[in-house]
Amino acid sequence: MPVQVKRLLIAFAVFIALFLVARHFLRPATFGEYGHYRGAALKENEDRPIKYVNMNETCITCHDSIAAVRDSSVHKSINCQTCHGPGYKHVDDPQKTNIVKEHAREFCGRCHSKNPARAKVIKQIDMNEHNKEDECISCHNSHNPVLW
Amino acid sequence: MVKENKDFSRREFFKKTGVIAGGVLFASLLSPLKAAQSTEKSKSDDTWYGIGLDIEKCIGCASCARACKAENDVPKEPFFFRSWVEQYTITNSGEVKVQSPNGGIDGYKQPVPESEIFKTFFVPKMCNHCSKSPCTQVCPVGATFVSPDGVVLVDPNYCVGCRYCVQACPYGCRYIKPDLGTVDKCTLCYHRLKKGMDPACMMVCPTGARLYGNLRDPKSEMVKFIKNHTVGALKPNLNTGSKLYYNALSQEVH
Amino acid sequence: MEFQSLYEAMSKMDGYCYPNEIELNWSVLIVLYPYITGLVAGAFILASLNRVFNIKALKPTYELSLLTAFSFMLVATMPLIFHLGKPFRFYEIMTTPHLTSAMAIFGFVYLWYLMVVLLLEIWFDYRYDMTIWSKENPGFKSIIYKILTLGIKDVSNKSRITDNKLGYFITVVGIPSAFILHGYVGFIFGSVKANPWWSTVMMPVIFLFSAMVSGIALVMFIYMAVSIIRKQKLDMICLDAIGKYLFYILLIDFVLEGLDQIHRIYVAEESFDILNLLVHGKLFFTFFIMQGLIGTLIPLLTLGTFQFLKPKENIRKFVYFILSLCVLVGIFFMRWNVVIGGQLFSKSFYGFTDFKLDMIGKEGFLGGMIWLVVPLIILTILLWLLPPWKKAPHIEHE
Repeated sequence: MPVQVKRLLIAFAVFIALFLVARHFLRPATFGEYGHYRGAALKENEDRPIKYVNMNETCITCHDSIAAVRDSSVHKSINCQTCHGPGYKHVDDPQKTNIVKEHAREFCGRCHSKNPARAKVIKQIDMNEHNKEDECISCHNSHNPVLW
Repeated sequence: MVKENKDFSRREFFKKTGVIAGGVLFASLLSPLKAAQSTEKSKSDDTWYGIGLDIEKCIGCASCARACKAENDVPKEPFFFRSWVEQYTITNSGEVKVQSPNGGIDGYKQPVPESEIFKTFFVPKMCNHCSKSPCTQVCPVGATFVSPDGVVLVDPNYCVGCRYCVQACPYGCRYIKPDLGTVDKCTLCYHRLKKGMDPACMMVCPTGARLYGNLRDPKSEMVKFIKNHTVGALKPNLNTGSKLYYNALSQEVH
Repeated sequence: MEFQSLYEAMSKMDGYCYPNEIELNWSVLIVLYPYITGLVAGAFILASLNRVFNIKALKPTYELSLLTAFSFMLVATMPLIFHLGKPFRFYEIMTTPHLTSAMAIFGFVYLWYLMVVLLLEIWFDYRYDMTIWSKENPGFKSIIYKILTLGIKDVSNKSRITDNKLGYFITVVGIPSAFILHGYVGFIFGSVKANPWWSTVMMPVIFLFSAMVSGIALVMFIYMAVSIIRKQKLDMICLDAIGKYLFYILLIDFVLEGLDQIHRIYVAEESFDILNLLVHGKLFFTFFIMQGLIGTLIPLLTLGTFQFLKPKENIRKFVYFILSLCVLVGIFFMRWNVVIGGQLFSKSFYGFTDFKLDMIGKEGFLGGMIWLVVPLIILTILLWLLPPWKKAPHIEHE
């Protein structure tokens, strides 16, 4: 074998060996457990914190009277947190974190402003005409939105 | 004559065996390519999640988009979304107008006068959790994958941020988280699913326009939804194996 | 691109885009990546024309082509790594390559081409000379040569013949490797089925031929520039030969790209309307003017004319110089039109985003220019270390 080939083979062998050693140490431990990914990533995805809490286990245990109002209304299928936002902070410390909703008209308008794309079963109003000086809640109870 | 025939068939036999053996050898060389088509239905007993979105029920309130941002720390600015709602308006002249101001969170301004609207509807969008997902196919390092139950997930601790998956997603469901430099997308609230809770977007939907469930369980609501409605997937021509089924999907929707 | 507010960002959009499409994902760095690998593949092919296909007229550019290819190859991955969101994780593509990804094998294709093809071919070509130079030069330079020769001291005729044979073998292996390298880069784009502007089987072939065009133009330019700096007389036979090959391959490239576009126009699939608007709108300047007119038609017509009518030497020199630059700019914009153009329209097919190249920053104009200047610096160093003009004369054998 010519000397060039010998030396080159040694150089390449060293290079490949170094690569294999590096690869051994750089490959994460759980890689390939289920597929071509870090198995631990499944668990990491699972372990992220929950912010929208289970309504029946939390909201309703304290606010049972409001829940009763809601349950008798057209809003009965709507989760508390749809309007009030995520409840995790309030559940952790009800004194400190209040999630009572602001009374802006736009807020109700998210569902009830007039839009031809909206299903007709949803009551819709023209925000620019329907009692435009008043807050919605001065006439409607948001938990049971017939007139007060 | 008969003998000849026999010889011939024997030769044919060897020829065919050779071809088959060669084919198998060649196919085994190509086996990396196979993975692109094999994620579907591996073990039929496992859960295999699918999603149903009902366009007829969606009222475009974008509660889903808001809840998703809050639940999953989706950056409020700049303006990325794991879940958003589009309003399609088709005019009498056939022109298609689409809008989704801030993913629908800021409400909709209808530029078309009502008399000129041929039809209009909302389309909630989210990751299709494709079974032959083009985004996981192209990830060069294995930082995004289909979970054993059929949810397309990201490993932010392994993602290199090459953005190839963002390019490969036909539905625009991926983005780079600006603070991390890694990719982010809908996980179908995997952290909630695994604790027996509904994804945040489904939990807050006021009209029940969203549902999910096990596609392998014939008694699940999900399978009933597909059975009882005329459902369609987005961009079926791309053969992504989308597991997001829309009821009342118009052909204008991309 | 940083936006002050959502509505400022949306004002840059035209029609409807998916909300996440507000950001352009691949910027000028990814334009440079296929551009630079293309230059490498092209320069190598030019060297092979001399070595394997035995085109003697190209001899003066043989070593220069190889060194050019090598210096550009050394930086080819840099724009890629710098554009990553997590640059320090780049090694993952080598340690856990995901084999279904068109991008995953790039690390290996790159290493193969850099280490096995380019490095070895240059090494075999210069091994004898480096051994001689290590004796002639004192001190530091001698040490470098000794390391580079891996300590081999053999300067016999037999060893030169061995070098020559092995070098030839490597070149033969190198030609398909160069094809694979750049065809593969084309496949990275061509295989994205979500993007109709990229997704065409022609993409690898088009990338390959445009790569050859750009590489040949680059060697032509560098050969002229180096000769002018060294105050050496230009070999006109060589230049004319380069010009001839540039013409042929540019012609093939033009026909292939033309076919691709004609096919698009004729079949006019779902995406055609938006692509048509794109090409006549936001891409008009870079597509028709820069790529089409300056990069293709002008060089094609001029070089074509030269095949029949040869003006005076001085005029030819000047024209070659200008044309090589035109082609280099044209191919840059070809990459631009593919990479940036493919991201300017929404995958909803209902609108466009906008792209403005920043001046500074790693994704800016200057940040990108770095990766075109660094190879030239490397080339300068290589030419100092391995000057082709000081090599011992070639030996004939067999």
